Amino acid sequence: MIRAENISKSFAGRRVLTDISAIFEPGKTNLIIGKSGSGKTVFLKCLVGLLDVDEGEIYYDDVAFTRLDFRGKKELRQQMGMLFQGSALFDSMSVEENVRFPLDMFTSMSYQEKLDRVNFCLDRVNIVDSNRLFPSELSGGMKKRVAIARAIVLKPKFLFCDEPNSGLDPKTSIVIDELIREITVELNMTTIINTHDMNSVMENGEKIIFIEDGEKCWEGNKNEILKSDCSKLNDFVFANSLARQLKDSSV
Amino acid sequence: MFRFLSGFGSYWILLGRVFARPEKHSIYYRQTMKELVNLGLRSIGIVTIISFFMGAVITLQTAYNTENPIYPTYLIGLGARDSILLEFSSTIVALILAGKVGSNIASEIGTMRVTEQIDALELMGVNSASYIILPKVVATVVFNPFLTLISMITGITGGWVVGTAAGVITSQNYIYGIQYAFIPYYITYALIKTVVFAFIISTVSAYQGYYVEGGSLEVGRASTKAVVYSSVTLLLFNVILTQLLLS
Repeated sequence: MIRAENISKSFAGRRVLTDISAIFEPGKTNLIIGKSGSGKTVFLKCLVGLLDVDEGEIYYDDVAFTRLDFRGKKELRQQMGMLFQGSALFDSMSVEENVRFPLDMFTSMSYQEKLDRVNFCLDRVNIVDSNRLFPSELSGGMKKRVAIARAIVLKPKFLFCDEPNSGLDPKTSIVIDELIREITVELNMTTIINTHDMNSVMENGEKIIFIEDGEKCWEGNKNEILKSDCSKLNDFVFANSLARQLKDSSV
Repeated sequence: MFRFLSGFGSYWILLGRVFARPEKHSIYYRQTMKELVNLGLRSIGIVTIISFFMGAVITLQTAYNTENPIYPTYLIGLGARDSILLEFSSTIVALILAGKVGSNIASEIGTMRVTEQIDALELMGVNSASYIILPKVVATVVFNPFLTLISMITGITGGWVVGTAAGVITSQNYIYGIQYAFIPYYITYALIKTVVFAFIISTVSAYQGYYVEGGSLEVGRASTKAVVYSSVTLLLFNVILTQLLLS
Protein backbone atom coordinates (compact mmCIF):
# COMPACT_ATOMS: atom_id res chain seq x y z
CA MET A 1 0.00 0.00 0.00
CA ILE A 2 1.15 3.53 -0.74
CA ARG A 3 -0.15 6.44 1.28
CA ALA A 4 0.40 10.07 0.26
CA GLU A 5 -0.42 12.70 2.86
CA ASN A 6 -0.83 16.38 2.10
CA ILE A 7 1.64 16.50 -0.78
CA SER A 8 2.55 19.95 -2.06
CA LYS A 9 5.15 20.85 -4.66
CA SER A 10 6.23 24.12 -6.26
CA PHE A 11 8.65 25.01 -9.04
CA ALA A 12 10.28 28.45 -8.87
CA GLY A 13 7.45 29.81 -6.73
CA ARG A 14 4.73 28.32 -8.94
CA ARG A 15 2.60 25.81 -7.03
CA VAL A 16 2.05 22.63 -9.05
CA LEU A 17 0.58 20.34 -6.37
CA THR A 18 -1.51 21.48 -3.44
CA ASP A 19 -2.24 19.33 -0.41
CA ILE A 20 -2.93 16.04 -2.19
CA SER A 21 -3.70 13.00 -0.05
CA ALA A 22 -4.48 9.54 -1.37
CA ILE A 23 -4.24 5.85 -0.53
CA PHE A 24 -3.26 3.36 -3.24
CA GLU A 25 -4.18 -0.21 -2.46
CA PRO A 26 -2.31 -3.42 -3.34
CA GLY A 27 -3.70 -5.81 -5.96
CA LYS A 28 -5.56 -2.96 -7.60
CA THR A 29 -4.93 -0.68 -10.53
CA ASN A 30 -5.04 2.81 -9.08
CA LEU A 31 -5.47 5.57 -11.63
CA ILE A 32 -4.45 9.19 -11.47
CA ILE A 33 -6.34 11.10 -14.12
CA GLY A 34 -6.40 14.71 -15.20
CA LYS A 35 -5.87 16.84 -18.25
CA SER A 36 -2.38 17.63 -19.57
CA GLY A 37 -0.54 20.00 -17.25
CA SER A 38 -2.76 19.23 -14.27
CA GLY A 39 0.19 17.97 -12.21
CA LYS A 40 -0.33 14.22 -12.38
CA THR A 41 3.17 13.44 -13.71
CA VAL A 42 4.70 15.65 -11.00
CA PHE A 43 2.61 13.79 -8.42
CA LEU A 44 3.79 10.43 -9.77
CA LYS A 45 7.42 11.61 -9.77
CA CYS A 46 6.98 12.77 -6.15
CA LEU A 47 5.57 9.36 -5.23
CA VAL A 48 8.61 7.53 -6.63
CA GLY A 49 11.05 10.10 -5.28
CA LEU A 50 12.31 11.43 -8.61
CA LEU A 51 11.16 14.81 -7.27
CA ASP A 52 11.35 15.86 -3.63
CA VAL A 53 8.10 17.05 -2.10
CA ASP A 54 7.96 20.51 -0.49
CA GLU A 55 5.40 19.43 2.10
CA GLY A 56 3.73 16.18 3.06
CA GLU A 57 4.70 12.55 3.58
CA ILE A 58 4.69 9.43 1.43
CA TYR A 59 4.47 6.02 3.07
CA TYR A 60 5.25 2.67 1.46
CA ASP A 61 3.70 0.00 3.71
CA ASP A 62 4.12 2.38 6.66
CA VAL A 63 7.75 3.19 5.79
CA ALA A 64 8.09 6.98 5.53
CA PHE A 65 9.73 7.19 2.10
CA THR A 66 10.16 10.96 2.24
CA ARG A 67 12.23 10.66 5.42
CA LEU A 68 14.56 7.94 4.15
CA ASP A 69 18.16 8.81 3.34
CA PHE A 70 19.72 8.11 -0.07
CA ARG A 71 20.63 4.53 0.87
CA GLY A 72 17.18 3.81 2.30
CA LYS A 73 15.45 5.15 -0.79
CA LYS A 74 17.79 3.14 -2.97
CA GLU A 75 16.85 -0.09 -1.18
CA LEU A 76 13.14 0.65 -1.35
CA ARG A 77 13.39 1.48 -5.04
CA GLN A 78 14.44 -2.07 -5.74
CA GLN A 79 10.84 -2.97 -4.89
CA MET A 80 9.54 -0.51 -7.48
CA GLY A 81 9.06 -0.88 -11.20
CA MET A 82 8.14 1.90 -13.54
CA LEU A 83 6.83 2.10 -17.06
CA PHE A 84 7.80 5.48 -18.46
CA GLN A 85 5.81 7.44 -21.02
CA GLY A 86 8.47 6.95 -23.69
CA SER A 87 9.37 3.46 -22.40
CA ALA A 88 12.89 4.66 -21.43
CA LEU A 89 14.58 1.53 -22.72
CA PHE A 90 18.37 1.77 -22.83
CA ASP A 91 19.25 2.45 -26.48
CA SER A 92 22.64 0.77 -26.31
CA MET A 93 21.22 -2.51 -24.98
CA SER A 94 19.27 -5.26 -26.69
CA VAL A 95 15.81 -6.29 -25.49
CA GLU A 96 17.32 -9.12 -23.45
CA GLU A 97 19.99 -6.87 -21.91
CA ASN A 98 17.39 -4.25 -21.04
CA VAL A 99 15.25 -6.73 -19.15
CA ARG A 100 18.27 -8.42 -17.60
CA PHE A 101 19.78 -5.16 -16.39
CA PRO A 102 18.05 -5.02 -12.95
CA LEU A 103 18.98 -8.68 -12.39
CA ASP A 104 22.62 -7.98 -13.31
CA MET A 105 22.66 -5.00 -10.99
CA PHE A 106 20.91 -6.32 -7.91
CA THR A 107 21.01 -10.11 -7.86
CA SER A 108 23.67 -12.78 -7.68
CA MET A 109 21.77 -15.16 -9.95
CA SER A 110 23.70 -17.24 -12.48
CA TYR A 111 23.55 -16.26 -16.13
CA GLN A 112 21.19 -19.13 -16.91
CA GLU A 113 18.85 -18.22 -14.04
CA LYS A 114 18.78 -14.63 -15.23
CA LEU A 115 18.13 -15.71 -18.79
CA ASP A 116 15.25 -17.93 -17.67
CA ARG A 117 13.72 -15.08 -15.70
CA VAL A 118 14.15 -12.66 -18.64
CA ASN A 119 12.54 -15.12 -21.04
CA PHE A 120 9.70 -15.73 -18.60
CA CYS A 121 8.99 -12.00 -18.32
CA LEU A 122 9.27 -11.43 -22.06
CA ASP A 123 7.00 -14.39 -22.66
CA ARG A 124 4.54 -12.96 -20.13
CA VAL A 125 4.29 -9.72 -22.10
CA ASN A 126 4.05 -11.66 -25.39
CA ILE A 127 7.46 -10.71 -26.75
CA VAL A 128 8.95 -13.73 -28.48
CA ASP A 129 12.10 -14.19 -30.59
CA SER A 130 13.11 -10.58 -30.07
CA ASN A 131 15.85 -10.95 -27.47
CA ARG A 132 18.56 -9.70 -29.80
CA LEU A 133 16.65 -6.72 -31.17
CA PHE A 134 17.48 -3.17 -30.09
CA PRO A 135 14.87 -0.61 -28.97
CA SER A 136 15.20 1.28 -32.28
CA GLU A 137 13.97 -1.86 -34.06
CA LEU A 138 10.78 -2.18 -31.99
CA SER A 139 7.32 -0.72 -32.50
CA GLY A 140 5.78 1.57 -29.86
CA GLY A 141 3.64 -1.23 -28.41
CA MET A 142 6.58 -3.64 -28.28
CA LYS A 143 8.70 -1.04 -26.50
CA LYS A 144 5.98 -0.62 -23.87
CA ARG A 145 5.76 -4.37 -23.38
CA VAL A 146 9.54 -4.73 -23.06
CA ALA A 147 9.48 -1.85 -20.56
CA ILE A 148 6.78 -3.70 -18.58
CA ALA A 149 8.93 -6.85 -18.65
CA ARG A 150 11.89 -4.84 -17.31
CA ALA A 151 9.69 -3.25 -14.65
CA ILE A 152 8.46 -6.61 -13.31
CA VAL A 153 11.64 -8.66 -13.66
CA LEU A 154 12.56 -8.14 -9.98
CA LYS A 155 8.97 -8.96 -8.90
CA PRO A 156 8.30 -5.49 -7.52
CA LYS A 157 5.69 -4.66 -4.91
CA PHE A 158 4.92 -1.32 -6.50
CA LEU A 159 4.38 -0.60 -10.19
CA PHE A 160 4.09 2.90 -11.63
CA CYS A 161 2.95 3.59 -15.17
CA ASP A 162 3.21 7.06 -16.66
CA GLU A 163 0.74 7.32 -19.52
CA PRO A 164 1.21 3.74 -20.70
CA ASN A 165 -1.01 4.26 -23.75
CA SER A 166 0.49 7.44 -25.12
CA GLY A 167 1.29 7.08 -28.80
CA LEU A 168 -0.47 3.72 -29.13
CA ASP A 169 -3.48 2.79 -31.23
CA PRO A 170 -6.71 1.92 -29.32
CA LYS A 171 -6.32 -1.83 -29.82
CA THR A 172 -2.71 -1.94 -28.61
CA SER A 173 -3.73 0.34 -25.73
CA ILE A 174 -6.29 -2.22 -24.60
CA VAL A 175 -3.66 -4.99 -24.79
CA ILE A 176 -1.32 -2.93 -22.59
CA ASP A 177 -4.16 -2.12 -20.15
CA GLU A 178 -5.12 -5.77 -19.85
CA LEU A 179 -1.51 -6.76 -19.38
CA ILE A 180 -1.00 -4.27 -16.56
CA ARG A 181 -4.21 -5.37 -14.87
CA GLU A 182 -3.35 -9.07 -15.10
CA ILE A 183 0.19 -8.55 -13.82
CA THR A 184 -1.07 -6.42 -10.94
CA VAL A 185 -3.32 -9.24 -9.77
CA GLU A 186 -0.71 -11.95 -10.39
CA LEU A 187 2.01 -10.23 -8.38
CA ASN A 188 -0.39 -8.53 -5.95
CA MET A 189 1.32 -5.23 -6.69
CA THR A 190 0.21 -1.74 -5.82
CA THR A 191 -0.09 -0.30 -9.30
CA ILE A 192 -0.49 3.38 -10.00
CA ILE A 193 -1.30 4.45 -13.54
CA ASN A 194 -1.09 8.01 -14.69
CA THR A 195 -3.38 8.53 -17.66
CA HIS A 196 -5.80 10.70 -19.51
CA ASP A 197 -6.96 7.88 -21.74
CA MET A 198 -10.65 7.28 -21.03
CA ASN A 199 -10.54 3.71 -22.35
CA SER A 200 -7.98 2.96 -19.64
CA VAL A 201 -10.17 4.63 -17.06
CA MET A 202 -13.15 2.48 -17.98
CA GLU A 203 -11.07 -0.71 -18.26
CA ASN A 204 -8.72 -0.34 -15.30
CA GLY A 205 -10.28 2.19 -12.96
CA GLU A 206 -10.60 0.20 -9.75
CA LYS A 207 -9.62 3.32 -7.90
CA ILE A 208 -9.44 6.72 -9.56
CA ILE A 209 -8.08 10.05 -8.38
CA PHE A 210 -8.86 13.11 -10.46
CA ILE A 211 -6.40 16.00 -10.31
CA GLU A 212 -7.19 19.46 -11.66
CA ASP A 213 -4.77 22.39 -11.40
CA GLY A 214 -2.65 20.52 -8.88
CA GLU A 215 -5.50 19.72 -6.51
CA LYS A 216 -7.35 16.48 -5.92
CA CYS A 217 -10.93 17.15 -7.02
CA TRP A 218 -12.49 13.71 -6.93
CA GLU A 219 -11.87 10.13 -5.84
CA GLY A 220 -13.86 7.01 -6.70
CA ASN A 221 -13.96 4.11 -9.17
CA LYS A 222 -15.02 3.54 -12.77
CA ASN A 223 -18.66 2.87 -11.81
CA GLU A 224 -18.94 5.97 -9.67
CA ILE A 225 -17.41 8.17 -12.35
CA LEU A 226 -20.58 7.90 -14.46
CA LYS A 227 -22.72 9.22 -11.62
CA SER A 228 -20.38 11.91 -10.34
CA ASP A 229 -21.69 15.43 -9.99
CA CYS A 230 -18.19 16.96 -9.87
CA SER A 231 -18.40 19.47 -12.71
CA LYS A 232 -14.64 19.59 -13.33
CA LEU A 233 -14.50 15.80 -13.58
CA ASN A 234 -17.51 15.71 -15.89
CA ASP A 235 -15.95 18.35 -18.13
CA PHE A 236 -12.83 16.20 -18.37
CA VAL A 237 -14.37 12.73 -18.67
CA PHE A 238 -17.35 13.61 -20.83
CA ALA A 239 -15.54 16.04 -23.09
CA ASN A 240 -17.12 14.77 -26.33
CA SER A 241 -20.80 14.52 -27.25
CA LEU A 242 -20.78 10.70 -27.41
CA ALA A 243 -19.48 10.49 -23.85
CA ARG A 244 -22.08 13.05 -22.70
CA GLN A 245 -24.84 10.95 -24.28
CA LEU A 246 -23.48 7.89 -22.46
CA LYS A 247 -23.58 9.73 -19.15
CA ASP A 248 -27.11 11.05 -19.78
CA SER A 249 -28.35 7.57 -20.65
CA SER A 250 -26.66 6.03 -17.59
CA VAL A 251 -28.20 8.69 -15.34
CA MET B 1 27.93 35.29 -11.15
CA PHE B 2 25.25 33.44 -9.14
CA ARG B 3 24.66 31.11 -12.10
CA PHE B 4 28.38 30.43 -12.37
CA LEU B 5 28.71 29.63 -8.64
CA SER B 6 25.56 27.52 -8.71
CA GLY B 7 26.85 25.60 -11.73
CA PHE B 8 30.27 25.19 -10.12
CA GLY B 9 28.62 23.79 -6.98
CA SER B 10 26.43 21.41 -8.99
CA TYR B 11 29.51 20.20 -10.86
CA TRP B 12 31.25 19.22 -7.61
CA ILE B 13 28.10 17.62 -6.21
CA LEU B 14 27.83 15.59 -9.40
CA LEU B 15 31.48 14.54 -9.06
CA GLY B 16 30.72 13.40 -5.51
CA ARG B 17 28.01 11.12 -6.88
CA VAL B 18 30.20 9.94 -9.78
CA PHE B 19 32.93 8.75 -7.42
CA ALA B 20 30.60 7.04 -4.96
CA ARG B 21 31.20 3.33 -4.43
CA PRO B 22 29.96 1.40 -7.51
CA GLU B 23 26.96 -0.91 -7.01
CA LYS B 24 28.50 -3.84 -8.84
CA HIS B 25 32.12 -3.77 -9.93
CA SER B 26 31.70 -6.33 -12.71
CA ILE B 27 29.10 -4.17 -14.48
CA TYR B 28 31.24 -1.05 -14.14
CA TYR B 29 34.22 -2.95 -15.51
CA ARG B 30 32.18 -4.06 -18.53
CA GLN B 31 30.95 -0.50 -19.08
CA THR B 32 34.51 0.84 -18.83
CA MET B 33 35.67 -1.64 -21.49
CA LYS B 34 32.87 -0.44 -23.78
CA GLU B 35 33.85 3.17 -23.21
CA LEU B 36 37.53 2.40 -23.85
CA VAL B 37 36.49 1.21 -27.30
CA ASN B 38 33.97 3.98 -27.89
CA LEU B 39 35.93 6.95 -26.58
CA GLY B 40 39.49 5.66 -26.85
CA LEU B 41 40.07 3.20 -29.68
CA ARG B 42 37.70 5.04 -32.00
CA SER B 43 39.73 8.22 -31.55
CA ILE B 44 42.99 6.70 -32.76
CA GLY B 45 42.18 7.40 -36.42
CA ILE B 46 41.55 11.12 -36.07
CA VAL B 47 44.48 11.59 -33.66
CA THR B 48 46.83 9.80 -36.06
CA ILE B 49 45.75 11.77 -39.12
CA ILE B 50 45.82 15.14 -37.39
CA SER B 51 49.14 14.46 -35.67
CA PHE B 52 50.81 13.34 -38.89
CA PHE B 53 49.89 16.52 -40.73
CA MET B 54 50.53 18.67 -37.68
CA GLY B 55 54.08 17.27 -37.45
CA ALA B 56 54.55 17.83 -41.16
CA VAL B 57 53.46 21.47 -41.01
CA ILE B 58 55.52 22.20 -37.89
CA THR B 59 58.62 20.81 -39.64
CA LEU B 60 58.01 22.81 -42.81
CA GLN B 61 57.29 26.03 -40.93
CA THR B 62 60.35 25.59 -38.72
CA ALA B 63 62.43 24.97 -41.82
CA TYR B 64 61.14 27.99 -43.74
CA ASN B 65 61.56 30.27 -40.73
CA THR B 66 65.11 29.21 -39.98
CA GLU B 67 66.60 29.50 -43.46
CA ASN B 68 69.87 30.88 -42.18
CA PRO B 69 73.30 29.34 -42.69
CA ILE B 70 74.11 30.07 -39.02
CA TYR B 71 71.49 27.58 -37.83
CA PRO B 72 72.36 23.93 -38.28
CA THR B 73 69.51 22.11 -40.08
CA TYR B 74 69.14 19.49 -37.35
CA LEU B 75 67.51 22.27 -35.30
CA ILE B 76 64.46 21.78 -37.51
CA GLY B 77 64.07 18.27 -36.08
CA LEU B 78 64.72 19.53 -32.57
CA GLY B 79 62.17 22.34 -32.94
CA ALA B 80 59.56 20.01 -34.36
CA ARG B 81 60.16 17.46 -31.58
CA ASP B 82 59.89 19.97 -28.74
CA SER B 83 56.81 21.65 -30.21
CA ILE B 84 55.09 18.30 -30.61
CA LEU B 85 56.09 16.94 -27.19
CA LEU B 86 55.46 20.08 -25.17
CA GLU B 87 52.30 21.44 -26.69
CA PHE B 88 50.81 19.92 -29.78
CA SER B 89 50.41 16.27 -28.77
CA SER B 90 48.94 17.13 -25.40
CA THR B 91 47.04 20.41 -25.74
CA ILE B 92 46.05 20.50 -29.40
CA VAL B 93 45.07 16.83 -29.43
CA ALA B 94 43.13 17.42 -26.20
CA LEU B 95 41.26 20.30 -27.88
CA ILE B 96 40.41 18.03 -30.79
CA LEU B 97 39.24 15.35 -28.37
CA ALA B 98 37.18 17.94 -26.51
CA GLY B 99 35.30 18.34 -29.79
CA LYS B 100 34.97 14.67 -30.61
CA VAL B 101 34.74 12.94 -27.23
CA GLY B 102 33.19 15.88 -25.35
CA SER B 103 30.28 16.32 -27.73
CA ASN B 104 29.81 12.55 -27.84
CA ILE B 105 29.60 12.33 -24.03
CA ALA B 106 27.29 15.35 -23.65
CA SER B 107 24.89 14.31 -26.40
CA GLU B 108 24.74 10.68 -25.25
CA ILE B 109 24.04 11.57 -21.63
CA GLY B 110 21.73 14.43 -22.63
CA THR B 111 19.68 12.09 -24.80
CA MET B 112 19.48 9.62 -21.92
CA ARG B 113 18.19 12.46 -19.74
CA VAL B 114 15.47 13.70 -22.10
CA THR B 115 14.30 10.17 -22.93
CA GLU B 116 13.97 9.39 -19.19
CA GLN B 117 16.64 6.66 -19.26
CA ILE B 118 18.42 8.39 -16.38
CA ASP B 119 15.14 8.52 -14.43
CA ALA B 120 14.70 4.82 -15.14
CA LEU B 121 18.14 4.08 -13.67
CA GLU B 122 17.43 6.22 -10.60
CA LEU B 123 14.11 4.51 -10.10
CA MET B 124 15.75 1.09 -10.18
CA GLY B 125 17.98 2.28 -7.34
CA VAL B 126 21.07 2.69 -9.52
CA ASN B 127 23.38 5.67 -8.94
CA SER B 128 22.92 6.97 -12.49
CA ALA B 129 25.72 9.53 -12.25
CA SER B 130 28.24 6.90 -11.29
CA TYR B 131 26.94 4.21 -13.67
CA ILE B 132 26.95 6.50 -16.71
CA ILE B 133 29.82 8.91 -16.05
CA LEU B 134 32.46 6.99 -14.09
CA PRO B 135 33.29 4.51 -16.91
CA LYS B 136 33.68 7.44 -19.33
CA VAL B 137 36.02 9.29 -16.96
CA VAL B 138 38.10 6.17 -16.31
CA ALA B 139 38.24 5.32 -20.03
CA THR B 140 39.42 8.79 -21.08
CA VAL B 141 41.89 9.19 -18.22
CA VAL B 142 43.39 5.76 -18.93
CA PHE B 143 43.37 5.89 -22.72
CA ASN B 144 44.17 9.52 -23.57
CA PRO B 145 47.84 9.19 -22.50
CA PHE B 146 48.16 6.44 -25.12
CA LEU B 147 46.58 8.77 -27.67
CA THR B 148 49.12 11.40 -26.73
CA LEU B 149 51.97 8.92 -27.19
CA ILE B 150 50.52 7.89 -30.56
CA SER B 151 50.26 11.56 -31.47
CA MET B 152 53.90 12.17 -30.52
CA ILE B 153 55.12 9.27 -32.62
CA THR B 154 52.99 10.03 -35.68
CA GLY B 155 53.69 13.78 -35.39
CA ILE B 156 57.43 13.27 -35.40
CA THR B 157 57.07 10.70 -38.19
CA GLY B 158 54.96 13.14 -40.21
CA GLY B 159 57.68 15.76 -39.85
CA TRP B 160 60.32 13.32 -41.01
CA VAL B 161 58.33 12.04 -44.01
CA VAL B 162 57.24 15.44 -45.29
CA GLY B 163 60.45 17.27 -44.30
CA THR B 164 62.64 14.85 -46.22
CA ALA B 165 60.18 14.58 -49.12
CA ALA B 166 60.09 18.38 -49.45
CA GLY B 167 63.86 18.47 -49.28
CA VAL B 168 64.01 20.93 -46.36
CA ILE B 169 66.06 18.53 -44.23
CA THR B 170 67.93 15.30 -44.70
CA SER B 171 66.77 12.18 -42.95
CA GLN B 172 70.06 11.97 -41.05
CA ASN B 173 69.82 15.55 -39.77
CA TYR B 174 66.19 15.17 -38.78
CA ILE B 175 66.88 12.02 -36.78
CA TYR B 176 69.91 13.65 -35.18
CA GLY B 177 67.76 16.70 -34.33
CA ILE B 178 65.00 14.75 -32.66
CA GLN B 179 67.60 13.00 -30.48
CA TYR B 180 69.63 16.11 -29.70
CA ALA B 181 69.38 17.48 -26.12
CA PHE B 182 66.37 15.31 -25.47
CA ILE B 183 64.74 15.85 -22.07
CA PRO B 184 62.63 12.80 -21.13
CA TYR B 185 60.72 14.87 -18.57
CA TYR B 186 58.93 16.58 -21.45
CA ILE B 187 57.06 13.35 -22.08
CA THR B 188 56.13 13.07 -18.41
CA TYR B 189 54.97 16.68 -18.50
CA ALA B 190 52.82 16.04 -21.58
CA LEU B 191 51.30 12.91 -20.06
CA ILE B 192 50.46 14.66 -16.77
CA LYS B 193 48.72 17.39 -18.77
CA THR B 194 46.88 14.77 -20.83
CA VAL B 195 45.49 13.05 -17.73
CA VAL B 196 44.22 16.37 -16.33
CA PHE B 197 42.76 17.36 -19.70
CA ALA B 198 41.05 13.99 -20.07
CA PHE B 199 39.43 14.44 -16.66
CA ILE B 200 38.28 17.96 -17.60
CA ILE B 201 36.87 16.90 -20.98
CA SER B 202 34.94 13.92 -19.61
CA THR B 203 33.56 15.52 -16.44
CA VAL B 204 32.67 18.95 -17.89
CA SER B 205 30.95 17.33 -20.88
CA ALA B 206 29.17 14.81 -18.68
CA TYR B 207 27.96 17.62 -16.43
CA GLN B 208 26.53 19.49 -19.42
CA GLY B 209 24.71 16.38 -20.61
CA TYR B 210 23.51 15.20 -17.21
CA TYR B 211 21.63 18.38 -16.37
CA VAL B 212 19.93 18.90 -19.74
CA GLU B 213 16.29 19.94 -19.50
CA GLY B 214 13.98 19.94 -22.48
CA GLY B 215 14.33 18.13 -25.79
CA SER B 216 16.62 17.53 -28.72
CA LEU B 217 17.33 21.24 -29.18
CA GLU B 218 18.67 21.47 -25.63
CA VAL B 219 20.76 18.34 -26.15
CA GLY B 220 22.40 20.05 -29.14
CA ARG B 221 23.04 23.16 -27.07
CA ALA B 222 24.51 21.08 -24.24
CA SER B 223 26.79 19.38 -26.72
CA THR B 224 28.07 22.76 -27.97
CA LYS B 225 28.47 24.04 -24.39
CA ALA B 226 30.40 20.90 -23.50
CA VAL B 227 32.95 21.57 -26.23
CA VAL B 228 33.25 25.29 -25.45
CA TYR B 229 33.46 24.98 -21.65
CA SER B 230 35.80 22.01 -21.65
CA SER B 231 38.09 23.73 -24.21
CA VAL B 232 38.26 26.96 -22.20
CA THR B 233 38.83 25.10 -18.91
CA LEU B 234 41.46 22.99 -20.59
CA LEU B 235 43.35 26.05 -21.88
CA LEU B 236 43.21 27.64 -18.43
CA PHE B 237 44.66 24.51 -16.85
CA ASN B 238 47.28 24.37 -19.61
CA VAL B 239 48.69 27.68 -18.37
CA ILE B 240 48.51 26.61 -14.72
CA LEU B 241 50.13 23.21 -15.34
CA THR B 242 52.85 24.66 -17.55
CA GLN B 243 53.77 27.12 -14.83
CA LEU B 244 53.67 24.41 -12.15
CA LEU B 245 55.51 21.71 -14.05
CA LEU B 246 58.11 23.63 -16.07
CA SER B 247 59.02 26.56 -13.83
